[in-house]
Amino acid sequence: MNLHEYQAKNLYRKYDIPTTKGKLLTHPSQLDDILRTIGKDKWVIKAQVHAGGRGKAGGVVLVDSKYEANEEVRRLLGSRLITHQTNSEGQPINSIFVEEPCDIVDEIYLAFAVDRTTQRIIIITSSEGGMEIEEVAEKTPEKILRNPINPIVGIMPAQCRQICDDLGLDKTLSAQMIDLMQKMYKMFVENDLSLIEVNPLVATKQGYLMCLDGKVQVDNSALYRQPKINEIRDESQEDERELKAEKLDLNYISLDGNIACMVNGAGLAMATMDLIKTHGGEPANFLDVGGSVNEKRVIQAFEIILSDKKVNGILVNIFGGIVRCDVIASGIISAAEKMNLNIPIVVRLEGTNAAEGLELIRNSDVSVYEEANLDKAAQKIIELTEQINEGAN
Amino acid sequence: MSILIDKNTKVLVQGLTGSQASFHTERAIAYGTNVVSGVVPGRRGQTHLDLPIYNTVECAKRLTGATASIIYVPAPFCKDSIIEASENGIETIVCITEGIPTIDMLDVKAAIDLNGSRLIGPNCPGIITPGQCKMGIMPESIHMPGSVGIVSRSGTLTYEAVNQSTIAGFGQSTCVGIGGDPVPGSDFIDMLKMFQDDDETKAIVMIGEIGGAKEEAAAEFIKEYVTKPVVSYIAGVTAPKGKRMGHAGAIIDGGKGTAEDKYAALEKAGVATVRTITAIGDALKEVHP
Repeated sequence: MNLHEYQAKNLYRKYDIPTTKGKLLTHPSQLDDILRTIGKDKWVIKAQVHAGGRGKAGGVVLVDSKYEANEEVRRLLGSRLITHQTNSEGQPINSIFVEEPCDIVDEIYLAFAVDRTTQRIIIITSSEGGMEIEEVAEKTPEKILRNPINPIVGIMPAQCRQICDDLGLDKTLSAQMIDLMQKMYKMFVENDLSLIEVNPLVATKQGYLMCLDGKVQVDNSALYRQPKINEIRDESQEDERELKAEKLDLNYISLDGNIACMVNGAGLAMATMDLIKTHGGEPANFLDVGGSVNEKRVIQAFEIILSDKKVNGILVNIFGGIVRCDVIASGIISAAEKMNLNIPIVVRLEGTNAAEGLELIRNSDVSVYEEANLDKAAQKIIELTEQINEGAN
Repeated sequence: MSILIDKNTKVLVQGLTGSQASFHTERAIAYGTNVVSGVVPGRRGQTHLDLPIYNTVECAKRLTGATASIIYVPAPFCKDSIIEASENGIETIVCITEGIPTIDMLDVKAAIDLNGSRLIGPNCPGIITPGQCKMGIMPESIHMPGSVGIVSRSGTLTYEAVNQSTIAGFGQSTCVGIGGDPVPGSDFIDMLKMFQDDDETKAIVMIGEIGGAKEEAAAEFIKEYVTKPVVSYIAGVTAPKGKRMGHAGAIIDGGKGTAEDKYAALEKAGVATVRTITAIGDALKEVHP
């Protein structure tokens, strides 16, 4: 789960981490009051969306008059922001963060993330902060510093001093940086985060460090013990069908093709998509029904699959382990009866209780094609959907 | 021989009384696995599936001589359970549970590495040495004792590989699902090393997925250390680029992680790669000695 910048900054403030002052608005009528409260004569208008690359996409603008502020807010609010990190539809802008600009002397890149290689939380820093950080990482990897934190002892002052030296910070900035990194590690662990990225962390003309941005990601597996964070989740930033699937404990990602897949296991779901594509078809989705699927869940999975109007065929591929094929079969039968399905379904059942599952399907009135060989099952659904496509033309 | 577990392995089950644990333990026992006891806090003195239940791993180990533990406890309690098993000298720990917070797993990994315990999982199908011992949730019927060592991040893809190696007539020495979580207890390299050193294993199947750099690291290791033939499939060639936030992921992976990168690294290491999951059996027929 992602946090908005303003939510990340609220979290910073809770940990006494220095960040810019700002106000959130969700309607243009709130702007006047906000500008008056902040004071000054220049402001930064920042679209609140779950994506990076906002600056380049026009989602972060510096304005120096109330008129201009008003224009920008009206332009952004209610529109969608497309950046290189979003899909082609972009993310909806439902709120805007207005803050005072600060006098920047230097820009640093700072991130805390889980590194799979060292199996540690690592601190990533670079003296070359700013928008082009990925280019820096690619062209001059020596300018990216990585410091793993041993979870048993936590972040140590010595490694913080090392980072400050390597970044070339002076004594007063170093003292602030050491303090900031320790607070940030605490924030990371206490809130079950999977990412904090501050780009840029700036040194101001007045000699202070300040977090100008905040990309914060929370570990979804830990939301059960982070009720306060769960409360501020902004579902408008997420794909509607994917969100619905998540609430049902289904792992679903919608794609552009016409052949829907229902599979158990993320790996097999990906392999099934690969196979459809290899045989010349286009998958409509990735759907992993997970290990704790029951009959009702199968019906719900069908509902989600079928809410995608591009779908004109379904391939069910289940290799039962913890999932029992007879349970899936009952689900398919109920779904077909309940939803009056009129598109072809090819079912491949293997593993735990596969024979029982196939028996149930054979004894039902539901018309589905069963195919034990996965290659043939993929070819079959492609062939059947092609017939529909030709019929439609 | 085999790796990790065999007919002499004495298995205890943490969280034995849960419904999934009961279902799968019953099948494991029917398969011939030497399950000796269960650990369920607060249930000391009871029996379940004719097995004695203890409050703690310490007690279960002392009284039954268990050397391996399979964990089915709910995700919020897994950190405690895995570390308990490790601190009490359990050598092989399998954690089936999915959805363990990553922060918990970072602590777990650091703690158990100090004890030298071997953790498989979490979020995995477990381990099976066909005909001898099953610590996991895989369908037993597709397995056959034999000579192919199988390691995979994905549960159901492991089953596909098992099925095909059985149909091809080779069978399996041991199959291990290492799980797909960000912080797994063991990775490909750990298993490749064991399979290379195991006399019974004649060929290895390694099944990877897009994301991370574990397959690339495994390719390096194979080049250096593995002389047995390796067949490999990577899932996710057609997976779309996910939405992302920020740059840290790209910086950490340094451009690695796509299926094509992984295939290229594996091919450079002399691995027989296949582009569809259904082609594993045929590839095995070509490379198996």
